[in-house]
Parts: sequence; C-alpha cells; structure tokens
Amino acid sequence: MANALAPQKTMTLGEGGLALAFAALALLSIVIAAKAFTPEYAFHAYLFTAGSIAAVFAIINRYYDRPAAPAPLTIDGKPNYNFGPVKFATIAAVFWGIAGFAVGLYIACELAYPLLNLDLPWTTFGRLRPLHTSAVIFAFGGNVLIATSFYVVQRTSRARMVGDLAPWFVVLGYNFFIVIAGTGYLLGITQGKEYAEPEWYADLWLTAVWVTYFLVFLGTIIRRTEPHIYVANWFYLAFILTIAVLHLGNNSAVPVSLFSSKSYIVWSGVQDAMVQWWYGHNAVGFFLTAGFLAMMYYFIPKRAERPVYSYRLSIIHFWALIFLYIWAGPHHLHYTALPDWAQTLGMTFSIMLWMPSWGGMINGIMTLSGAWDKLRTDPVLRMMVVSVAFYGMSTFEGPMMSVKIVNSLSHYTNWTIGHVHSGALGWVGYISFGAIYCLVPWLWNRRLYSLKLVNWHFWISTIGIVLYITSMWVAGILQGLMWRAYTTLGFLEYSFVETVEAMHPFYIIRALGGLLFLIGALIMAWNIWKTVTSAEVAEPASLKLAPAE
Amino acid sequence: MSLWQRHAILEKNSIILVIGILIVIAIGGLVEIVPLFYLKNTIEKVDGVRPYTPLELAGRDIYVREGCYLCHSQMIRPLRDEVERYGHYSLAVESMYDHPFQWGSERQGPDLARVGRKYSDDWHRDHLRNPRSVVPGSIMPDYGFLEQTDLDYSHIADNLKTQALLGVPYTADMIDHAAADTVTQATNDSPDAADLQKRYPRAQVRDFDGNPSRVTEADALIAYLQMLGTQVDFKLYDDKANIR
Repeated sequence: MANALAPQKTMTLGEGGLALAFAALALLSIVIAAKAFTPEYAFHAYLFTAGSIAAVFAIINRYYDRPAAPAPLTIDGKPNYNFGPVKFATIAAVFWGIAGFAVGLYIACELAYPLLNLDLPWTTFGRLRPLHTSAVIFAFGGNVLIATSFYVVQRTSRARMVGDLAPWFVVLGYNFFIVIAGTGYLLGITQGKEYAEPEWYADLWLTAVWVTYFLVFLGTIIRRTEPHIYVANWFYLAFILTIAVLHLGNNSAVPVSLFSSKSYIVWSGVQDAMVQWWYGHNAVGFFLTAGFLAMMYYFIPKRAERPVYSYRLSIIHFWALIFLYIWAGPHHLHYTALPDWAQTLGMTFSIMLWMPSWGGMINGIMTLSGAWDKLRTDPVLRMMVVSVAFYGMSTFEGPMMSVKIVNSLSHYTNWTIGHVHSGALGWVGYISFGAIYCLVPWLWNRRLYSLKLVNWHFWISTIGIVLYITSMWVAGILQGLMWRAYTTLGFLEYSFVETVEAMHPFYIIRALGGLLFLIGALIMAWNIWKTVTSAEVAEPASLKLAPAE
Repeated sequence: MSLWQRHAILEKNSIILVIGILIVIAIGGLVEIVPLFYLKNTIEKVDGVRPYTPLELAGRDIYVREGCYLCHSQMIRPLRDEVERYGHYSLAVESMYDHPFQWGSERQGPDLARVGRKYSDDWHRDHLRNPRSVVPGSIMPDYGFLEQTDLDYSHIADNLKTQALLGVPYTADMIDHAAADTVTQATNDSPDAADLQKRYPRAQVRDFDGNPSRVTEADALIAYLQMLGTQVDFKLYDDKANIR
C-alpha cells in the first residue's frame, strides 16, 4: 500500500493480483483456444486471450502513469468523485443503443421481407433476434444502469466510489461480456433461453463482473457521509441483488466440456419453463423497472428542482413492487402444461402489481407539482415525464394481459411485442435518454449543445413509438382473432399462413416506427457529440463539480 | 414509534437493507418453483416418453442454435381452435427430458409440438431449403445451408453423458453407441436399425434429407422434427386420470 509519507511508488495488492489473474486467464484461454471443439468457441477463447493481455498491459501502464499516492477521497472538504467509468458507460450506452435499435429495425424488415435473411446463417432472424434483445436490454440498458447507478450512488452518498480498478473492471468487463454474447449469437452460440442466451463461460464471466459491481455499489453506500440511504439507491440495490439471484438460478448449466461452448441447462421441461419465466419476467421487473425507477427518483426531482412527491409513497412503492414482481412469472405460461395453481398465483399477483406500479408512477409525475411549466420549456424533463406516463400505460396493460381470458387471445401474438415495446421504447428508452441528456453536461462540465435537437428527438421518436405500438396492437388482436375464427359450418376459417400474410402491412408500419425511433437516437448521438466536444463551461450554473478523472 | 420511523433502520443500515431485500424477493420464487420439484401431479403419468436418440438430440441442438424457438412454440394450449389446428394439447411429460424447454413465447410461425409425421421428409427438406417453395406466404428464413453442412457428431457421446448427469435416463450402452447410432439412424435399411430401436423404441430410421451419402445437419433437424409430439399414444391416454 502506498502512503502519503513515502514518495516511493508501490504496486497495490489489487493491481498486482488483478494483473496476475488476467495473465492466468490469458494462459487458460490459449489452451482452450487450441483444444476447442469448434472454431466458433476457439474464436471466443482468442477474444478472452486478447482481452486479458490488454488488461494486463492496461494495469501496468496505469501503474507507471499514476501518482504514488492513491486518489484522495476529498478535495477541499468536497468529495472527489470518480466519474471516469461513468463517462465510459454513458458513451457506451449511446453506442449500443444505436446498434441495438438498428438491428431491431433490420429484423423488423426481415419479418416484412424474408429475402433480407440473405440465405446466410449469420443473418437469419433466429440469430439476429437475440442480438437485438440483448443489445437493447443488456448493452444499452445495462450501460445506462451502470453509468447512472455509479453517478447517483456517489452523489447521494456524498462519497467517492469505492475501489480503484474495480469500477473499471465492472464497466469494461461488462462491455466485454456484451461483445462475447453478441458475437456468439451470430455464430450460433446460445443456450436457447430467451433473454438469457449467452453460454456458460459468458455467464461465469458476467457473474464475476456482477459481484464486483455489487461490492463497489454497496461499499460506496457504506462509505456515505449522509445518514440516510437515498431512495434511488434502494432501487439500484434491489436491481443488482435480484439480477444476481435470477442470473444464477436460471443459468445453472453443465458444460459438455471445458473445450466446448455447449452446455445443457440443469432444469428441464415444466420446471425449466417456470424458472425461465421467473427469470424472464423479473429481468423486466428488476433490470428494466427497478433500476430505471431509481433513475426516475433521482433525475426527475433533480431536473425539476422539486423534492420527490411523497416519501411514504416511495417506501410503499419500493417494498410492494419488489415483493409482488417476483410472483408474476407464470403469466407467461397461461394454459400451458404448467400446473394451474402456479398459473393462478401468477395471474393474481400480476393484477396486484398494478397498484405499486401506479403508486410509483404517481410519485414520479406528481414530483412536478409546482414546476409543471417546465414541461413546456424543458424537453429533457418532458421526455422523462412522458416516460413515466408510458410506464403507467404499460403497467396497466401488463396486468390486463395477465388475466387468463385476455391472455388466451393475446399470448403468442404480436400484441405481446407491442406491449413490450411500449414499455421498452416509451419507459426505458425515454427515461434513459433523459438521464443521458442530464448526465453528459454534468459529467463533462459542458452546456448541452442544443435543446432544440432534444425537442426534435422527442417528437420524432414519439411518433415512432405510436406507430410501433398501435400497429402491433392491431396486428396482435387480428392475429389472435384469426387463429380462433370459425366458419358457419364449424371449420377453422383461416390456415396459419393466411394469418401470417395478414401481418404484412402492420410489419411495414412497425418498421417505419422503428426507423423513426432510430433517427431520434441518431439525433441524440449528434447532440451528445457536439456537447462533449464543445468548450468547457467556466462556471457551472447549478452544480459545483469536483474534477473528474 | 410509528412504522414510518421504524423504516429508518433500513434506510440507515445498508446490510440490514440488503438482507431485507433478499428476504422479500425470495418468497415468491420459492413458493412457485420449489413445489414443482416434489408435487407428484406436476408431470402426468404416461407411457412412451423416451430420451432423444443421438441424431434427434443433435437436431434439437441445431433447433436451439438457430433460434427456432423465437418464432415457433412447442406448447399447444387446451383451447378448441388450437387442439383442432395442432392436435392434442401438450402434456408436461412430453418435455420432461428437454434441457432447456422449448415451449416458446411467440408464433411468427405455427406451433411445432406435434409436427412429427405430419409432412414428408421431402417436404421438410424443400421447406428448409426454401420455405416459399412449399408455403408461398411464408416469412421463414431459408435454411439451405443445413443440408450442405456435415453433422459434427464427434462429441455426441459427451452430450449424452452430460444429459445423463442431469437426470435424463441415458444408459452406458446408449452413450457407448452414441456416435454409431447417429449414423445408423440417418441411413436407409441399416442392419443396426433394430438394435437402435431396442435402445430407443419407435425411433424412425432412414435417410432424412434425400442425400444418403452424407449425414448432414438437415438429417438431424428433420429427424428431430419428425419425432416431435409422436411419443404419447393419445388413443390410450386417459386425461381424466391426470386431472390436476
């Protein structure tokens, strides 16, 4: 350990240990690459080798460049925040967002025009679809979550983030996981579980990253100089913890060999179905909801310059939401071979879940009390408030679709796709964009390049969302009704392929909606780029920022 | 001290907050998942369901690899139109050896739970090569590359061994013969066919992809598709006996 008295620079235990660990991983990866059963797996092993060697060099380089003493926790009595990893994750989020939206647009076009599958294994819908879902949920959403959680926990704890290399390990390690997962899908490496497609070695890597993430986050909370843990951090904590539990439970698998990318899931059949949707629905509940609610509880009050509407409501919101969400999984399995008692439990709790969801929505929107005029003048705040409105809409739609009789029509149809996207584009997308528009000027100490462009982003993508969800509602209900339509003589009226053909116009409208959403995101990227590359603001208007590194 | 003030304990002690969260999120999952492993009525008692043959398992791995489950369900619900369109509603027992399950969540294409023996091998081969040649309105991608790719079954015994570890009743005999059985099942008039069918009752043995000189990925996938939903004899199945 370096100390302030001795100017002698020594390598910390963390630096040395991590460098050695990566060196060992590089060696192991070379051996695996040499003996891999398939070239695809060998490619991934080489990526691990290259990544590990790069990590060793980065650690050693950093050691020679850094000052002897560790970064001070405070400067002039103010916390010396560590914003480097936050900046990286913010930019990564913008990048992955655009990539994920673009792949989504492409596969939407594939459904309208199957020729676009190009007769190649790597570009079929079946391989690109997980690339889209993982890119938007885990790459875009995940980087937004890591960026905002690392920012919010430092700010609300008034403490520098714990760890020297650990936050960088989380951010870079997580993005490396994304690369492994994404390239794997294209090469046909998948364990065949929706939203949990990455194979065993990617899952193991993610586990290491996630445990570190948890420790950094919790450690920073423990280091706080504020007596209370702020409400946003409760939600972040629940998100990090629950995702860890879900990840371990759902991905329990036995690899065929150390030298094979193939593994088989421990669970089978009906039990696997239940475990999968316990995971799948709570990936929505905790990854896409709890974590983003944390953003709502920090960025909306901050931007509106108003306190959170109700402290008591936030307590009820938090505990009721995390308790009820976990039960809702079986509504993905209505009328299946899952026993009825489990289906009924899932439906009951899904309906109850409506209440805390709307409690949270009210808490978010009513935070604007006394600042409603800002909706007119601040498109960033408007984006976030509309996002909460979308949250309210899809958390009403969800419980309704979990009612068995509704589900008998909606399940397996495009209605579900529409429902997911009103939540994903409207809620998750907009709260993330809002947070990014807030964060970038704060982190880089710049003025946002153009509010007008934010306004354009908002309106173009809103039209896109409306096209997307309305086309999928109509398509889904039409599809469900056609499947169950009978002629007067008592025969099924439509063959399956007729119901496929009926979807064509809606698939085109949906693709158009996706295109508008993508254009909106490109406008954002331009705006962010111009902001970051503009001149630093001499004196920040509202926030006094500690120097970032 | 009111309840609201008591909550301050959680707000001021991060470890207590962590424990509180873990308890609250554990309950629902435990109640819904754990009983499925010990309640005897979770999986029906039916004869005829056997583990996949090595070729079928290889086909299933291709089905998983290509993400077929993202458009095709394998779960027929007990609704009038579904039973008429696809056949008897799916039983839990029919997927008891599925690691992972492939019930799916979407029907961009039709359900496949009972597609076995519904179409000829030639139809499947043509359909995989170019779906629109047999179903003009189809939006399915072309999978012509499957019949041009030799099936890699060099490690198929390892796959069976792993599944055996997870509780699928593969015997040592089955594992020893795994690679040979793969070739046998994809061969017309194989002398070892009877032997294979002793290990895997009612296994369909023939060249599936119309190219007897090679064992391709299309052989494996079609073998898998042709057995889907054919194991339970519904003439003998008594659904009253399995009311749950």
